[in-house]
Amino acid sequence: MSKTLFDKIWDRHVVKTIPNGPSVLYIDKHFIHEVTSPQAFRGIENRGVSVFRPKQVVATADHNVPTINQHLPIRDELSRHQVSKLAENCANHNIELYGLGHPFQGIVHVIGPELGITQPGMTIVCGDSHTSTHGAFGSIAFGIGTSEVEMVFASQCLLQSKPKQMRINIDGKLGRGVVSKDIILYIISKISASGATGYFVEYAGSAIRELSMEARMTICNMSIEMGARGGMIAPDETTFNYMKGRLFAPKGDEWERKVAEWKKLCTDDYAKFDTELNIKAADIEPMITYGTNPGLGIPIVGAIPQTEAIPDENERRNLLKALEYMGLQPGRKLLGMPVQHIFIGSCTNSRIEDLRMVAGIVKGRKKSSDVEVMIVPGSQQVAEQVRKEGLDRIFEEAGFEIRQAGCSACLGMNEDKIPAGHYCISTSNRNFEGRQGAGARTLLASPLTAAASAITGVVTDVRELTKEI
Amino acid sequence: MKAFTVLTSTFVPLPVENIDTDQIIPARFLKATTKEGFGKNLFRDWRYVNNDEAKPKPDFVLNQPQYRGEILVAGKNFGCGSSREHAAWSILDYGFRAVVSSFFADIFKNNALNNGVLPVQVSDEFLAEIFKQPNDSTLTIDLEKQTISIDGTAKKEYFEINEYKKTCLLNGYDDIDFLLSIKDDIVQYEEARK
Repeated sequence: MSKTLFDKIWDRHVVKTIPNGPSVLYIDKHFIHEVTSPQAFRGIENRGVSVFRPKQVVATADHNVPTINQHLPIRDELSRHQVSKLAENCANHNIELYGLGHPFQGIVHVIGPELGITQPGMTIVCGDSHTSTHGAFGSIAFGIGTSEVEMVFASQCLLQSKPKQMRINIDGKLGRGVVSKDIILYIISKISASGATGYFVEYAGSAIRELSMEARMTICNMSIEMGARGGMIAPDETTFNYMKGRLFAPKGDEWERKVAEWKKLCTDDYAKFDTELNIKAADIEPMITYGTNPGLGIPIVGAIPQTEAIPDENERRNLLKALEYMGLQPGRKLLGMPVQHIFIGSCTNSRIEDLRMVAGIVKGRKKSSDVEVMIVPGSQQVAEQVRKEGLDRIFEEAGFEIRQAGCSACLGMNEDKIPAGHYCISTSNRNFEGRQGAGARTLLASPLTAAASAITGVVTDVRELTKEI
Repeated sequence: MKAFTVLTSTFVPLPVENIDTDQIIPARFLKATTKEGFGKNLFRDWRYVNNDEAKPKPDFVLNQPQYRGEILVAGKNFGCGSSREHAAWSILDYGFRAVVSSFFADIFKNNALNNGVLPVQVSDEFLAEIFKQPNDSTLTIDLEKQTISIDGTAKKEYFEINEYKKTCLLNGYDDIDFLLSIKDDIVQYEEARK
């Protein structure tokens, strides 16, 4: 019988199935961080249980860490306590921790792939919804809650019902100035913030095949923003080339054997999906969001929808509520609108390719004096690479503030926040009310759009700023 | 986990769609290392002006004393966004035992079930009907029968729940008890894979 990529990996990980109930799914890798793990450690300790397979757990501190002066003790007492609790828990349970100060520290979804821990065919979970990122390697990767973190600690398994499956095919050539962030913002704008709830998504098609691994990660990362539990892309030569030689990737004969196995990880011809969507790459333009969920996006040259155009009363009311928060009006264009902040970072767009993309735009230019620009590499290793390539000088000369690795202003949890009422063009993944700080107004966009707008101080179409892309 | 069987209660209406977990509990309150005490920060930024507890926003439903009860009724796609289980903890800690909506985000739904908070998915029409009821009317949720009714009317709807999860909730069991009971199967699976 024809199987999907998802079926093949799922079937291999089912320990047993409860009649009329969920399956017991075995988890290969479990990433943890400081925010969603302490209650799970306490839970197993209260039960008198130890971590079942500590070697399959990897920890880092990312959400709640400052992005300056990481060598000093964390100033905020609660944050300091939470980060030190992670160290204590990892030490007590023999879990490898890449904490603050470690050369591998960084955003959990950046370090997993860059260290070669994330591999095709795996089941991967983390108490973070953007775990879908790891699906770019052809793995089943999804976010879980803290009770589920506790389950994986206790048994290396989760009880899961098999989700429905959707395939999104993107074919053809991307236009000038259009990158993978635009692809995913376009998809979400088409199917809405709940359009893939209940589904696992496979991204396929010629436009996806041509993307680099880091670009693929950006797409899989935001699968959750349309409600999907995860997103995945079949592994290919691009995947293997990216992985080869990475620290925890298989070596020698083992590598050859694994690659041969991974090559079988693809959806068979005639395999059935519950839903299938076809998109022409040429239809996608640089995208930007204007509302308070990632589904409220438009081409950067477009206008916010008129409310009269929306037949459903609830939807109309929701749009007006979003626009009121954003201080925007139906029908207006965003192009040329002044912004006060640019945030380049997060598990969506903080990898070296993202930062090279930004450097390509800002090289030899200076940021507008009207904006503050924060650029936050996703990991210590990305930061190191930035220095090696001299990108840090380009950013400094442009007047950008380079911070240390962490989730930073993506989620308004650590010290990095956007002030109330200010507009921020952000390369992150969520534009929810208050996401980047109470009252902050987030416009999600690609690193190219963020870079171009940093130069002008207004919402800018990168294709207008430069002909060199 | 507390068992859930039948619940009859007034309800708190929140007819907003796409309520994400950042609204339910903003990230700045996720620094705790325990599960308790999140209820006071439930919908924090919708409840207070400038985060000031002395300045409740009068138009927000949790600040309106005529609306109370153990059931939260919300617009579709409730609980989208972040996987933070703190959202379910804050709803439970505030005093809700059930959330009714016409659509739930997956991770939130699991998190709620794992904490004994029942997510009840109803049709858009039934949801609209609930929102029309006066504030003193009650809803009855019967988990065994998988029904939700608007008391004093003939309006009743059947809701879906996974059979396994239903048994867990009715008895107050959690998944960890079950997973620990099948350790031998898990070890066998690991051996077979080698």
